[in-house]
Amino acid sequence: MVQNSEPKPLLEIKDLAITFSTPDGPVNAVRNANLTVMPGETVAIVGESGSGKSTTALAAIGLLPSNGEVSAGQILFDGEDISKASEKRFVELRGNHIGMVPQDPMSNLNPVWKIGFQVKETLKANGLAGSNPKQRVAQVLADAGLPDPETRMNQYPHEFSGGMRQRALIAIGLACRPRLLIADEPTSALDVTVQQQILDHLDTMTSELGTAVLLITHDLGLAAERAEKVIVMYKGQVVESGPALELLRNPQHPYTKRLINSAPSLAAQRGDKHEMAVDEVVAEKSEPLLKISNLTKVFDIRKGFGRKEKFTAVDKVSFEIPKGTTTAVVGESGSGKSTIAQMVLNLLDATSGDIVFDGQAIGKLSERELFKYRRRVQPIFQDPYGSLDPMYSIYRTIEEPLRIHGIGNQASREKKVKELLGQVSMPASTMHRFPNELSGGQRQRIAIARALALQPEMIVCDEAVSALDVLVQAQVLELLDELQRELGLTYLFITHDLAVVRQIADNVCVMEHGKLVEQGTVDEIFENAKSDYTRNLLSAIPGASLI
Amino acid sequence: MLAFTLKRFLQLIPVFIGATLLVYFLVFATPGDPISALSGGKPMTPAVESALRAQYNLDQPFWVQYGLYLKNLVTLDLGMSFSGQEVRDLLARAFPVTARLAVMALAIEAVFGIFFGVIAGMRKGKAFDSTVLILSLIVIAIPTFVLGFVLQFVVGVKLEWAKPTVSGGATWGELILPAVVLGLVSFAYVLRLTRTSIIENKQADYVRTATAKGLSRGRVINVHILRNSLIPVVTFLGADLGSLMGGAIVTEGIFNVPGVGNLLYRAILKGETPTVVAVVGVLVIVFVLANLIVDMLYALLDPRIRYA
Repeated sequence: MVQNSEPKPLLEIKDLAITFSTPDGPVNAVRNANLTVMPGETVAIVGESGSGKSTTALAAIGLLPSNGEVSAGQILFDGEDISKASEKRFVELRGNHIGMVPQDPMSNLNPVWKIGFQVKETLKANGLAGSNPKQRVAQVLADAGLPDPETRMNQYPHEFSGGMRQRALIAIGLACRPRLLIADEPTSALDVTVQQQILDHLDTMTSELGTAVLLITHDLGLAAERAEKVIVMYKGQVVESGPALELLRNPQHPYTKRLINSAPSLAAQRGDKHEMAVDEVVAEKSEPLLKISNLTKVFDIRKGFGRKEKFTAVDKVSFEIPKGTTTAVVGESGSGKSTIAQMVLNLLDATSGDIVFDGQAIGKLSERELFKYRRRVQPIFQDPYGSLDPMYSIYRTIEEPLRIHGIGNQASREKKVKELLGQVSMPASTMHRFPNELSGGQRQRIAIARALALQPEMIVCDEAVSALDVLVQAQVLELLDELQRELGLTYLFITHDLAVVRQIADNVCVMEHGKLVEQGTVDEIFENAKSDYTRNLLSAIPGASLI
Repeated sequence: MLAFTLKRFLQLIPVFIGATLLVYFLVFATPGDPISALSGGKPMTPAVESALRAQYNLDQPFWVQYGLYLKNLVTLDLGMSFSGQEVRDLLARAFPVTARLAVMALAIEAVFGIFFGVIAGMRKGKAFDSTVLILSLIVIAIPTFVLGFVLQFVVGVKLEWAKPTVSGGATWGELILPAVVLGLVSFAYVLRLTRTSIIENKQADYVRTATAKGLSRGRVINVHILRNSLIPVVTFLGADLGSLMGGAIVTEGIFNVPGVGNLLYRAILKGETPTVVAVVGVLVIVFVLANLIVDMLYALLDPRIRYA
């Protein structure tokens, strides 16, 4: 496609600075950023949230939020400085010169328009719909790997799975054959196997079309695997850049070193493990705290006009969790792992089978016994932005369970809250603040403190670290690990991320379509997986070829 | 969708019976004797009085009265007013006038409210937005009867742009000024609702993606922001149609519009049960139907909503 015999950069960012105006005055989101993308080349920008990686990329397509502006430097696209280009010029460039694949497939398609419509308007806006737009749309969707595009284009986004939506978004991003594609965390919301398929497909398509890719990601392993060049950003500055493999093997900047150490994908490939709280021997000998046998959950799905269909979300699952250990339940979305967590927390009733906690079947508890049970088993959920009440101060959030269970008086509860905050390494002054004043990692610490308030014996972590950046994720995992050692806690750890499992779990249960396909100790699973499904999951962790 | 619509129509029956029963009882329990009101307080011979009572079934106990009313209703007999007119005919004359007034008011508030709301929302924090916000707040704060008299005086009497009162025919042209007064407060609400909804939706990820596709700004607004923003606005408009019909009493009074509001007001004063109940019954049906239409529009605007 691109006939560039002379090595002229397609995108060149020079000394770029981006400033956001906020009520507290201007904030420099990006300073002195430099990067070059050659035609057809894949360049990755790696960093944690707030590092300025997305902001830099958005500036290149003129999509900075309304309070942000390029305050210095140049963005040269094919030799033209577009850092101060008009909106009209950007409308011309977007789509057919610079395309974008956004981060979250759930929120980036307009829910009220059919998929085909959303692809078609992209083609039309760039004058590429041709004489038979329908056929073009089907072709573009098929190219992005969406099966049965003729039918699919007449469906709405909510009828698509996450992976299918991301394929539709890739179809939109590449529909007009742009020379540069900005892929902003294109797969971070997807299961690891889907992620692999989609990235493979994106690789094939962009190399066929000769498209250059600016890949934004927080996962260094993924960046190194997919890109020729990696740029590491930290607090708005480029701290290191270079060829992917070189950077990974010989990092210069301390931040890059930290990133490499804490990237779960790389750690898992190396076989790193946090020192676990419990000696493996002890773990095997100790009594099971939770015993699940033949657990089944069947949902009725409404099909309209009173018709119902049975859907088996969890199918005869049995496993045990020894006291003081961590058992991870892994699987892709829809595998039933969260349904198990909800049944263990008694938020959902089991259709059949037993959950026995410390010798007591929880399905048969009376109201009062259930109240006592809730004190002994506490949850930590995925989304620290959603699971804390925004109208409650941190103090009230942590103190509430104590009050509900009638523990202590005002003074002793306040002391306890301070103690809990200390346990999760937060200053006691935090208790007067509100969730919106805290970062994602800090909020998750508060959620952990709240869970610990009642001194539970078991904590159910439902994707507790999935929404966090790698460095924060590593800190939270370490905290959970320490707490287990100190307090002898038992964890049921639900996650889709096998890489995290290696770091925290003693035992692993792998689930697929509601069934338990394999279980064993973490070493058995990682070094000697029996089922094809587990092996697929393992090989899909990015960075496998690098170490 | 069909099953849903059918179900909603069946729901009309208990709602209608409940509402008419309540209103029937309220009028029944109102102090004052309708017969002496009818005679204008002049003395009547006992024979005439009891004949009149029998004619309007006023000598029967409450349940019998209501039962007879329902029985006649099935044959579309809504009873007689005290002046000897069929309530059916009174309604047939007044209802189209009010319906015309309400639809005009609804059209005015929808078109202008959404139009200015979109502009204000897209220019959040700019001069236009601030001005419109303050003006709409003023409109909301001033009672309708004040606004009505002021506009009647300024536009109708001083400037003579429109006739200050409405004739018996109540033509579309004559109803413009009353419709503006009737729709003004709701216009301010529609504007604010649209503005908020636009501000919320323009930050959505899919709007950014639409822009990244290379679409023009106009297309992004019309196709991707507006439709998604209209969902709460449509709810408000639907519920408002009912209130406009019922709430036209003040406006109809100011401009002397021969509509349902006028009819109802006079009937309440006279304790004329059949008229009051019939008018309220019709209003209830309008209200329920408007809500049904809103629910169906929902499904049109948002395909995620499925009625099964």
